[in-house]
Amino acid sequence: MTPSEGARAGTGRELEMLDSLLALGGLVLLRDSVEWEGRSLLKALVKKSALCGEQVHILGCEVSEEEFREGFDSDINNRLVYHDFFRDPLNWSKTEEAFPGGPLGALRAMCKRTDPVPVTIALDSPSWLLLRLPCTTLCQALHAVSHQDSCPGDSSSVGKVTVLGLLHEELHGPGPVGALSSLAQTEVTLGGTMGQALAHILCRRPRQRPTDQTQWFSILPDFSLDLQEGPSVESQPYSDPHIPPVDPTTHLTFNLHLSKKEREARDSLILPFQFSSEKQQALLRPRPGQATSHIFYEPDAYDDLDQEDPDDDLDI
Amino acid sequence: MFVELNNLLNTTPDRAEQGKLTLLCDAKTDGSFLVHHFLSFYLKANCKVCFVALIQSFSHYSIVGQKLGVSLTMARERGQLVFLEGLKSAVDVVFQAQKEPHPLQFLREANAGNLKPLFEFVREALKPIDSGEARWTYPVLLVDDLSVLLSLGMGAVAVLDFIHYCRATVCWELKGNMVVLVHDSGDAEDEENDILLNGLSHQSHLILRAEGLATGFCRDVHGQLRILWRRPSQPTVHRDQSFTYQYKIQDKSVSFFAKGMSPAVL
Repeated sequence: MTPSEGARAGTGRELEMLDSLLALGGLVLLRDSVEWEGRSLLKALVKKSALCGEQVHILGCEVSEEEFREGFDSDINNRLVYHDFFRDPLNWSKTEEAFPGGPLGALRAMCKRTDPVPVTIALDSPSWLLLRLPCTTLCQALHAVSHQDSCPGDSSSVGKVTVLGLLHEELHGPGPVGALSSLAQTEVTLGGTMGQALAHILCRRPRQRPTDQTQWFSILPDFSLDLQEGPSVESQPYSDPHIPPVDPTTHLTFNLHLSKKEREARDSLILPFQFSSEKQQALLRPRPGQATSHIFYEPDAYDDLDQEDPDDDLDI
Repeated sequence: MFVELNNLLNTTPDRAEQGKLTLLCDAKTDGSFLVHHFLSFYLKANCKVCFVALIQSFSHYSIVGQKLGVSLTMARERGQLVFLEGLKSAVDVVFQAQKEPHPLQFLREANAGNLKPLFEFVREALKPIDSGEARWTYPVLLVDDLSVLLSLGMGAVAVLDFIHYCRATVCWELKGNMVVLVHDSGDAEDEENDILLNGLSHQSHLILRAEGLATGFCRDVHGQLRILWRRPSQPTVHRDQSFTYQYKIQDKSVSFFAKGMSPAVL
């Protein structure tokens, strides 16, 4: 059994998630945060690609080579080609040991390959490049590398290219993140709750609607994936079955409920400012006490007693 | 060093991990007690310490160090401690003619691009001496604090580059440790400080965050401390664990307790 067949013999669901992330090729963007780090998932994808027989190149800017290779067995480590941009990325030691042109130059050099073997490039990380380069330069380089196999001409001789990028979301504004996101064929946003990690996976297949799914997972020490159902309901700390919920409506000094008679009496009550036919009749009916009421008027000395009606000339 | 903090971090001077970057940050409170803790911790662990102190004078750290049981003066005399007193050397940069680049050279230059002279000072201070006899266990770099570099005109990316090179040299090449302090102003407008804080958070193995209480000042609880393990080395420790404790700073120690369990309240 070749190593690649051995990889496919793993659990079906595990293969689904990693396979679906690597299936489309192009740019796979992993978006992580301080609380939920993404380098373990990047290493899991690198391990998967290596086991599938692809050529794997690592452009490492953020961690040392030893730290990146830690946890992989020698079989996988032998298949990884590591380009070290951690030790001296800005050439402060003036020895020109590093690849001339830095990590961007190395990325652009990948465009010029002509191998038919499928290749995976792990970029650790685009955040490092985005802080030091203009966003447009990085986007152009990533577009050129990840779309090599789709350009016309000698497309038949160039193998599939997959670029894995680990982006730290909090470091950049929405503009650059959105630009990289629009370049990505697959986007994984990491989050989680209660100690469990969650991946939101967005796949953009050509000529189809983007698909969206979520998956709870954890990464084992050997960088294989363990898929999970999510945090269990029993582990929620707020519901305790041994303490019955207290009913606040007991022992009140006032009445919260109405009896049937009281409810009927309330429903048949006429509101004071609601005009109904009964009210109209009551107003029009002459009241029994009306005949006995008089108004006594004592005019002042200054009063102008004019018997004419001032509205006579209105002609209504 | 504070023994209770060692217990919380599950470490002692003779069995501390190497090659780690610890980020200290404080929000709405003063986190300098953590700097004093790590300074005395690593001096007691017999490490070669390079302290880039940009905020306070040597005598300030020395007085606090004496309360915690270390003598900075003696450590400096026997070569264990290399102390860059930012407040004094800043004056030297401006008023004295320097032949070689001074670590704080960027203060003279109008368009200082990077902190390479400061990095070279650190590398020179911590490089192992070829005398054949290893006097010190491993090198340690302490910086108090990085936010002041932003105030002095350096960009966030320049400070991140400086820390990157220090990490490559101190943590990876020399297998030493680094402890840096950054203030979190909480100000949504300070983008440079946010980039620096988040960029360092992603590179750190351990983040200790001292926060003031949300309800304001209290006499018996001075703040709360959040401990976030980002990249634990043992696979059995669950990744990305976070703990929160409240603390009270006393004259010679700091006591830690779970939230709401202050002795004054119980």
